[in-house]
Amino acid sequence: MSGGGLWFGKGVLRNEDPKLLTGRALFVDDVRLDGMLHAAFVRSDLAHGEIVSVDTSDALQREGVLAVYTAEDLGAYWHEGPVLVPPPPIEGHTFNPATIVPLAKGRVRHVGEPIAVVVAENAYVAEDAAQDVWVEIEPLDVVSSTESALAEGSPVIHEHIGSNLAAHVVQRKGDYEAARSEAALVVSRRFVYDRGVSGSMENRGIVASWDPREEELTVWDTTQAPIPIRNGLARLLGLLESQVRVVAPFIGGGFGPKMMMFYPEEVLLPWISMQLGRPVKWIEDRQESFFATTMERDQVHEAEIAVASDGTILGVKDFFLHDTGAYDPYGLTVPINTQCTLLGPYRIDNYDSEFKAVFTNRTVVTPVRGAGRQQGVFVIERLLDIAARELGMDRVEIRRRNFLRPDEFPYDHEILFQDSAPLYYDSGDYAPALDKAVELIGYRDFIDREKARLLDEGRRVGLGIVTYVEGTGIGPYEGARVTVEPSGSVRVAMGVGSQGQGHFTAFAQVVAEQLGVDVSDVHVSTGDTRDFSWGTGTFASRGAVVAGSACHESALRVRKKVLELASEALEADEQDLELAGGMARVRGSDHGISLGELAVRANPLRGAVAPGTEPGLEATAYFGPQRGSTAFGVHAMIVEVDPETALIEIKRYVVVHDCGRIINPVIVEAQVHGGVAHGIGDAFYEQLHYDEDGQLMNASFMDYLLPTACEVPHMEVAHEETPSPLNPLGVKGVGEAGAIPVGALLAQAVEDALEGTGVEVLEMPLSPNRLFELIHGSGERSGGEG
Amino acid sequence: MKPAPFLYHAPETVAEVLALLSEHGDEAKVLAGGQSLIPTMNFRLAQPSVLIDINRVADLEGIEVTADGTLRIGATTRQRALERSAEVAARSPLLFEAVPFVAHAQIRNRGTVGGNLAHADPRSEFPAVMLALGADLRIRGTGGERTVGATDFFRGLFATALGPQELLVGVDVPPDAPGSGSAFVELSRRNGDYALAGVACRLTLREGRISDPRVGFLSAGDRPLLATEAMRVLEGQEPGEALFREAAEAARHDVRPIEDVHASVAYRTHLFGVITRRALERAAGRAGPA
Amino acid sequence: MSDTRVSLTVNGALVERSVEPRLLLSDFLRGELGLTGTHVGCEHGVCGACTVLLDGEAVRACLVFAVQTDGRDLRTVESLGTTDSLHPIQEAFREEHGLQCGFCTPGILMSVLPFLAENPSPTEDEIRHAIAGNLCRCTGYQNIVKAVRNAAAKLRDAAEEVDG
Repeated sequence: MSGGGLWFGKGVLRNEDPKLLTGRALFVDDVRLDGMLHAAFVRSDLAHGEIVSVDTSDALQREGVLAVYTAEDLGAYWHEGPVLVPPPPIEGHTFNPATIVPLAKGRVRHVGEPIAVVVAENAYVAEDAAQDVWVEIEPLDVVSSTESALAEGSPVIHEHIGSNLAAHVVQRKGDYEAARSEAALVVSRRFVYDRGVSGSMENRGIVASWDPREEELTVWDTTQAPIPIRNGLARLLGLLESQVRVVAPFIGGGFGPKMMMFYPEEVLLPWISMQLGRPVKWIEDRQESFFATTMERDQVHEAEIAVASDGTILGVKDFFLHDTGAYDPYGLTVPINTQCTLLGPYRIDNYDSEFKAVFTNRTVVTPVRGAGRQQGVFVIERLLDIAARELGMDRVEIRRRNFLRPDEFPYDHEILFQDSAPLYYDSGDYAPALDKAVELIGYRDFIDREKARLLDEGRRVGLGIVTYVEGTGIGPYEGARVTVEPSGSVRVAMGVGSQGQGHFTAFAQVVAEQLGVDVSDVHVSTGDTRDFSWGTGTFASRGAVVAGSACHESALRVRKKVLELASEALEADEQDLELAGGMARVRGSDHGISLGELAVRANPLRGAVAPGTEPGLEATAYFGPQRGSTAFGVHAMIVEVDPETALIEIKRYVVVHDCGRIINPVIVEAQVHGGVAHGIGDAFYEQLHYDEDGQLMNASFMDYLLPTACEVPHMEVAHEETPSPLNPLGVKGVGEAGAIPVGALLAQAVEDALEGTGVEVLEMPLSPNRLFELIHGSGERSGGEG
Repeated sequence: MKPAPFLYHAPETVAEVLALLSEHGDEAKVLAGGQSLIPTMNFRLAQPSVLIDINRVADLEGIEVTADGTLRIGATTRQRALERSAEVAARSPLLFEAVPFVAHAQIRNRGTVGGNLAHADPRSEFPAVMLALGADLRIRGTGGERTVGATDFFRGLFATALGPQELLVGVDVPPDAPGSGSAFVELSRRNGDYALAGVACRLTLREGRISDPRVGFLSAGDRPLLATEAMRVLEGQEPGEALFREAAEAARHDVRPIEDVHASVAYRTHLFGVITRRALERAAGRAGPA
Repeated sequence: MSDTRVSLTVNGALVERSVEPRLLLSDFLRGELGLTGTHVGCEHGVCGACTVLLDGEAVRACLVFAVQTDGRDLRTVESLGTTDSLHPIQEAFREEHGLQCGFCTPGILMSVLPFLAENPSPTEDEIRHAIAGNLCRCTGYQNIVKAVRNAAAKLRDAAEEVDG
């Protein structure tokens, strides 16, 4: 891919918007089928216990109820779920799998774990009947916090494992102890990152419909991974993959938890439809989502950094506990992301990183936008801030000094990443982005003058500036099939679902670029296994990188076919042809033929297709990146803290972001906006509060605080473009980026605003209440020794 | 999150409402705007077997000004109507200032003044405002109408002086005294949230001294509270920073905050001190010479 | 519990149905009338995805019972433009990329419509307050704010044309 294109790099209007804006887009809950039944789940009220009895007789007697199933009723269909992401082959690691089950049998391990499912004529009656199911549970002692999980005498959640240790991983490079012994300064702190939800506006939902005549199962699912769901369901149900169609239609936000394949509901609804011979729908309600949809971020770190007197990082040592919740189906993705992302854009020759993942009696943890990266960035950025302060060094300077230089790429970090590939950074040029952010936020002027001027007015205003990298666009592969239809319209079929990222437009741009058609004439189908059968899904900021590259490759192949045919039809050399306006034309003349006409010719009704050629203007291509591409960013903010009330106001927010080549700048910028807003929620508003019994105290949008338009500031976004050498488009992922550094940033900015008060922010999220405690010196909860 | 079944009545007169209340007693809930009741029903935390919808009772809605300048607000008057009312803006600046703090416009479009008061959520704005304004709540029962002062109306967490067979028909807000100034200050986590701490205050300046100070708190305990200690400190004194600090300190003793996931007792108590001072400064600044 | 007959106007058309009293307006619109543009995000009145106009005022459809709408006038997102001919507010949202997954969008449009009718030239702060009752997880609100400003301009231009 070279140079700015016809469509590539343009902020074109989105193809999907007219449907979404008029309420005509199909979401899962919009699917209505004749005879459709509704399911509701009976869930555990207790965080830990043994099921004594489940009495479904009252429920079954209620009018309008068709069936109630418990684990026993599932018979041979009851299976423990798969380990979705096997752990990378790290030497000496321990991984104890305990995967989720469709309905609890014997033991319940978190509040909200499904125990029975009720099927009724409508959702209201299903909910009535769920209330009629009488469940008796003998309570067990609860593991209610990350830190208590491995304590002596802690209750054990999975008896077959014998402790609450889900995993133990050590990754080392260099010799940290030797580096430490030469350090001018060692800073050590304890850091805590608490838990939040993904908060997609659409809850999860499934409609399953078994057609006994066609012997075909259709499942509409709010999944980020329709093809793996199709494959898994076929296996579970003993069907051919071709008998199962999974559709991920328009999805109302994903952010990770809709990736978590094989939720209990996903396994049960298709089976129920086959049992009853009628379509059945389940739509998660908001309260349920706080217990039944996976979530993320519980970690506790004990970390230290060793630096030379000039601020050069000599080494970092980190030990952390990671809460995986009641089960660990997603393997080690989140904590390994933390372990790897902690290294940031810096040269850290000596790294000693160890973590233990633990089981607790809380909802399962799987990636949520950022997927462990927030925690790593928080630790390294905080350590650098404190080191700079203690050395009397400028915050920007200590970062710049430790950046990897452009000539050091590709850079080998000598440890393994979540995708089992070595952690290599493909490309990067960090200093210009940092310089740009420094300039945009007015760093020097603020530090040298403005801050003091405001302080004279009695106002506590501070600045933060932090950097981060994000490993994006990992394998294994995605594919796309591009077809020119006789109408001249182009169809692109692919397997990754879309949850609002603009796939219907960005991928159309990639294809339109090669075929010289209008973006609005390119019709992307994504998320329907009937249209495309191979791929994994939309996660890990990989859509544009992996699926985008596959689109590009298949568009190139179709372009080649178009040119060959057009050359024949127009009796001109291929190199004299251009594709534009839906035509193949001899450059500089009116002599041309439409792509639609060529499509007709490519599919003749008479004569013979020449040996070695294929009919149609169609091609399918796949792309699997060798390894992930590494995006980079700098965020800066100015925040005012009211020390009397401990409330904050973000006055300015600047992002300089580098995700390589940009397909659509408008979409990219908006991805960053959304990420930052999510990050602001993570950093100051959103926190799940559990009590000692493992009960969630704020399971509603009244008390779990997603930021509104009044809490999210205006954001100024600028871009750098350091292309990735690992894919033909030169792109890197962007979906998660904005959310990643916000905690670290807010912490630094708040500390800066409160300079001189001794407040150190070592935990996320911060809240007004917590900030009040820190300001008023009752900061025991977070420790902060050293 | 679907509500449990109930019997539904939509009477058109107060007399019919009262008859239904007599008939069903505790089994029945009155449905006004429903903006607190319906969420509670959707969570199935409330499962009333009878709902008496008063939205079709015509003479319960509206804002009138009586001969003595009292604002007479009907129970089913939408909260949104207050913020669009020139009468409310002119006659009760405190109430007017407080309205936008009630949730969001979409809730205020439906939520009613009477429903809000009868629900008696201690975190809600109007109860504290009515305390500060010395409003009277008009209650109808089969025996006729009675009036209860705001200070006597709120009895505890979601508890009021309303009997099970009575209906709140409206609230009378007395006119501000000449020269009075008021302020509503609320701190919340997000725009539209329940207050971490909130204060509604009104004071009058007579010959340079504070007269009849009224300070009402929300989110300060199990019910809206009058800051009697702070009011005692203020009465008859000359306004000023030192006095307001003293009143703010007293206010910390007036509150009995409840800890929740958003704020500890210590934090809330502290905030009441801060906002009392800020509100008093603002109210004094707005008070004119009598 | 016996069903109750309701008769109301929805998007300009008279609708008559029998409904169970507990049926939420959001479920009535989606399930009974097939108007699935009104989305359900929280069912406790916070997210705003189900915002519709009841007698011209924006309300949460999850906090109204369908029986309460007897004789009333309802408008949903389906009453705005069509995919071929968007309403100026919809156009503005498209131009400014004011939506991503689009799930919250119908509710936001139905909040913005009466807001701009009441306040044709809002400030940024007024816009932010007007949409604060609608949660969006995708956009960070920035492009929504831009879209509302753009929509205000479009509607003012249209009004001027009519006046002129």
